[in-house]
Amino acid sequence: MAHAAGTYRKLRLMDPTAMTRAISRLAREIVETEGGTENLALVGIRTRGVPLAQRLAEEINRHEKVRVPVGVLDITLYRDDLTTISHSPVLKRTELSFGVQDRNIILCDDVLFTGRTVRAAIDAVLDFGRPRRIRLCVMVDRGRRELPIESQFVGKKISTSASEIVSVTFRETDGEDDVWLLDRDEVKKTRTAPATSTRSVKKASKKAAARKPTAPPRASKKA
Amino acid sequence: MSASKPAATTKLGKDLLDIDSLTKDEIQLYLDTAESMWEINKRSIKKVPTLRGKLVANLFFESSTRTRFSFEIAERRLSADSISFTAAGSSVSKGETLLDTAKNLMAMAPDAIVIRHQRSGAPHMLARELPCAIVNAGDGAHEHPTQALLDAFTIRRRKGRLAGLRVAICGDVLHSRVARSNVSLLTKMGADVTLSGPRTLMPVGVEQYGARCVNRIEAAVEDADVVMMLRVQKERGGGLGYPNDREFFELFGLTPERRRLARRDAIVMHPGPMNRGVEIDSSVADGPDSAILDQVEAGVAIRMAVLYLLIGSSGEE
Repeated sequence: MAHAAGTYRKLRLMDPTAMTRAISRLAREIVETEGGTENLALVGIRTRGVPLAQRLAEEINRHEKVRVPVGVLDITLYRDDLTTISHSPVLKRTELSFGVQDRNIILCDDVLFTGRTVRAAIDAVLDFGRPRRIRLCVMVDRGRRELPIESQFVGKKISTSASEIVSVTFRETDGEDDVWLLDRDEVKKTRTAPATSTRSVKKASKKAAARKPTAPPRASKKA
Repeated sequence: MSASKPAATTKLGKDLLDIDSLTKDEIQLYLDTAESMWEINKRSIKKVPTLRGKLVANLFFESSTRTRFSFEIAERRLSADSISFTAAGSSVSKGETLLDTAKNLMAMAPDAIVIRHQRSGAPHMLARELPCAIVNAGDGAHEHPTQALLDAFTIRRRKGRLAGLRVAICGDVLHSRVARSNVSLLTKMGADVTLSGPRTLMPVGVEQYGARCVNRIEAAVEDADVVMMLRVQKERGGGLGYPNDREFFELFGLTPERRRLARRDAIVMHPGPMNRGVEIDSSVADGPDSAILDQVEAGVAIRMAVLYLLIGSSGEE
């Protein structure tokens, strides 16, 4: 995978097998918590919530022999940061062909970070009708929330620093299944800068911590 | 009808003034964005919060029903605030110049100004003078870019493509900004366009439009995939180009017989308002091939796309 420019791979969080197992577990948890598949619908948030929703639907079909409807949501028009970006993002279609009225909706996304994407997604779903309930399923919960939003179904939960990026890729969208923790090159440089004594190393890393970039990561990595 | 690759990196200018200065990628971006907007217009709650807190001023110095309504609906569906202004009953009738009117409006800090004006180039002048986005909603006999975009959107939805289609544009070409914008857009997108109309209603130098020109409507309509009729613009003197309405209809009107010269699956379009029995027969206008009401529906989606793309983001680098 070509990861974001200016970053390096720090740690592999999940390999393809781990992802498959996690999705299989999540599918069973969803059916158990929802008490079956009646009125259930999976809604993937573009871009990488979509393959997650589709795989969950396949898993549920394998165990329950029921095809749960899968929808696709583009939340661009509901974003709270449009006025801070320079060019209007390209819109893709939203496809919720089944009615959301009285449904039990499971929103699916790759990474749960600030919670702002999920807030936008909830608003978008509510514009289509009044679901009975909305729950959330994510591949990775990386913490650092800026809104009071929690996920009921989590593939892997980790704590991260602000400079780090969680990269989830799927076969369908990126060619391979993988989950990596990335960090910014500049952070690496300052942390591994040659040092003359242990004391200055400590100082350098403290400085690096203080100099953490404040720019938000790319939208696809969940702003 | 998927989004094309280059659209993702297409950067638009500050304004939408004419089709002539747009690239193929920019046109594609407007059309693809309108697909998403079209979907919003099918929901039970036809409103998104995208342009909350943005102000759009609609300046209509010339009468308009469809275009003004359509812009106002688009603004509301995107949650923008809008104020509309018509020349009658405003300070324009007291002799204020266009630029003074616009500069005074600018002091109220709109994010976009939608302008229709009887003078060609009026929106371009405002675009040079004012920092906000300017959208041309028709300027004199020059251009009507959102009409061409909605026409292309309608054709693409009905025919699945633009490239390679045979399009006949017939009638009062002389006074038609719609024709100008459409020829420019459709030829850029690879359609094969033929213009036709009485010699008296064809502009001097019409060959420069870049379309094939014929006089007899039959020659234009034959084997066409799309037949676009233009309104005879009597208020601009279009009525002086021929003896009477009856004769125009006999010689240049789209009758059911002439419609049959086009392809079986051809669609019939008209930018409105129609002069029934002059450029188009009622049975054709209301017939099964008519896409005239689709055009009106597409208008809202296109104008939503234009406003979203021009003022949805900060525009600052």
